[in-house]
Amino acid sequence: MLAYILRRTLWSIPFLIGASFLAFVIIQAPPGDYLTTYAAKLEAAGQSVDTARLNSLRDRFGLDEPFIAQYWKWITNILRGDFGMSFEWQQPVADLVGERMLFSIILALSTILFTWAVALPVGVYSAIRKYTAGDYVVTVIGFIGLATPNFLVALTLMYFGVVYLGADVTGLFSPQYATAPWSWAKLLDLLSHLVIPVVIIGMSSTASLIRIMRANLLDELYKPYVTTARAKGLGELKLLLKYPVRLALNPFVSTIGWAFPQIISGSTIVAFVLSLPTADPLMLQALMSQDMYLAGAFILLLCILSIVGMLVSDILLAVVDPRIRYN
Amino acid sequence: MQTEAKVLDPRITASASQWRLIWGRFRKHKLAMAGLVIVTLLYLVAAFAEFFQPFDPNSTASQDVYHPPQAIRFFEADGAGNWSFRPHVIDMVLTRDPLTLTASYAEDPDAKTYIHVLGYGEPYRLAGLIPMQHKLIAAEGDGRFYLFGADRMGRDLFSRTVSGTRISMSIGLIGVAMSLVLGMLVGGVAGYFAGWFDRVSSRVIELIMAMPTIPIWLGLSAAIPANWDPMTRYFAITVILSLVGWTELARVVRGRFFALKTEDFVVAARLDGARPLRVIFRHMMPSLASHIIASVSLAIPVMILAETSLSFLGLGLLPPSVSWGVLLKEAQNIRAIATAPWLFIPGIFVALAVLSLNFLGDGLRDAADPYAQERG
Repeated sequence: MLAYILRRTLWSIPFLIGASFLAFVIIQAPPGDYLTTYAAKLEAAGQSVDTARLNSLRDRFGLDEPFIAQYWKWITNILRGDFGMSFEWQQPVADLVGERMLFSIILALSTILFTWAVALPVGVYSAIRKYTAGDYVVTVIGFIGLATPNFLVALTLMYFGVVYLGADVTGLFSPQYATAPWSWAKLLDLLSHLVIPVVIIGMSSTASLIRIMRANLLDELYKPYVTTARAKGLGELKLLLKYPVRLALNPFVSTIGWAFPQIISGSTIVAFVLSLPTADPLMLQALMSQDMYLAGAFILLLCILSIVGMLVSDILLAVVDPRIRYN
Repeated sequence: MQTEAKVLDPRITASASQWRLIWGRFRKHKLAMAGLVIVTLLYLVAAFAEFFQPFDPNSTASQDVYHPPQAIRFFEADGAGNWSFRPHVIDMVLTRDPLTLTASYAEDPDAKTYIHVLGYGEPYRLAGLIPMQHKLIAAEGDGRFYLFGADRMGRDLFSRTVSGTRISMSIGLIGVAMSLVLGMLVGGVAGYFAGWFDRVSSRVIELIMAMPTIPIWLGLSAAIPANWDPMTRYFAITVILSLVGWTELARVVRGRFFALKTEDFVVAARLDGARPLRVIFRHMMPSLASHIIASVSLAIPVMILAETSLSFLGLGLLPPSVSWGVLLKEAQNIRAIATAPWLFIPGIFVALAVLSLNFLGDGLRDAADPYAQERG
């Protein structure tokens, strides 16, 4: 088991390198470099451009060096905790991303928990009650969940919240807690605000996991061993959980890993629409104003989050399925 | 004589082509058939958008800001009480509350705008070729009517939605076509030759699939210079979408190649001394085509959603381009949607298109699989 975890963890290192490379390509992609944008911004604001300062910055980011050397400088700085400067905020990027990434992680984890907690029982129900009214309801909701872009759902909910309930569904905190120090009351407030974004973001992956669970279980449900167990007088619930559900679980768990990038991707838009204090709205703003070190840091961190999420899912899968850890 | 001989030949009478078998299975799938009909209609609208839109989608009317939707009434009674077929809408007048200055529209039953089926509108070229002036529906004279309401500049949302159909539906097709080329190339080579290329490409595909797609798409499209003209931007966005979106298709193609490679007829062709390209295109492709078509129809909705999301966030297509995502950007702030909920209508079309394409793709996939069993 330990060997498997070690091997799988080592495997994600090339992935992390790939992700950091990609993030750096995105930082480099806009025409012009960081300093020309920075100087243009200063000039537009009517400030004088200090050439000595520009040169020191040029040196710090290695802007005159070839691409690979710049990448090396950037990534080694990051490993030391220096993500570069945000010219829009005039602050080190590291100071800006911290708390927002924390909320992004909280949001992603709650969403994946929600997805598991809903998809598993509903998928099982949908399979054992095949072609009943309940199954059809689940199927229809599932298809709607798959087809509707989740920002549309967010907007619709916001519309109903404002027009019919007079309530604001945006943000992660009520106004009185937004700047308050952490306390139990603040935590509860956060949890109550998490419900709506979690449901919206988790909707499509929940829907597809329900379909997968249902199909897997249907494959198992009519096999002879189930009939045998039933003939021997095993109680229906115990039978179900002990044999077919356990077998149907494996493909289900293996798809959960792929749900993780999907959830992080989906949360980008929903967080923007609901103006959550997560990484995504700030990343979008940074991209718009071409504040590339800030944007690149967010993209890198979101990719790392997604890779780590997949790693954890894979290890969980190995816990559930011995065939994987001994292979 | 020849036809008679054909009928008598038992080998021919007993066979149906692969495509006929697929069509036969596909037709039984009711949801997939419904999906096919809707998708066909949407692509017809996309191809002949100018014919279906009553007004120029970018023409503004300052007096009709946030004009609510109007329903078409088909019949009209004259003074003597005789009903005749004269489609029209009841005009609305803008009134402003003297105290709060809030605008509200009220129906004015005496004022009507008549609608002509196949009436005349602005001259245009159908599909860019045939000069025409007929519109499916057109207002009489200089009148305007708003089936889906108007936006903050008094532009007709119905015309804009129709016009957006073209970009939104075509970006899916073109994006998938590009992904398909990449996917078949990489997946095909990896599946056929296996070896180191397969190992490397599989890892790259896994890497790309492990990334959250929307942030990557956003990052790449942020690099497109803002001063590019709409057409160039459209292609740049399509390229970006397919750079991330080709992996799923490559996986499908690779998997099918692996499965087919050891089939007797492929081995036979290879032992006969056929070159790899001939084996791939002459012998393997025909049995792959149906699967690829099914995967393609499942990949199109992903592209459509991606474009909508990017444009909605303001990093995809930009006005004056009109796509469903660009239209939904108008519905972004809570004040706009509280006063004008009809700005959501393009979103309904997104959902409709995505749902129909998914049903169509599911049906095709089931129909294309010769080993598919009836299952719940």
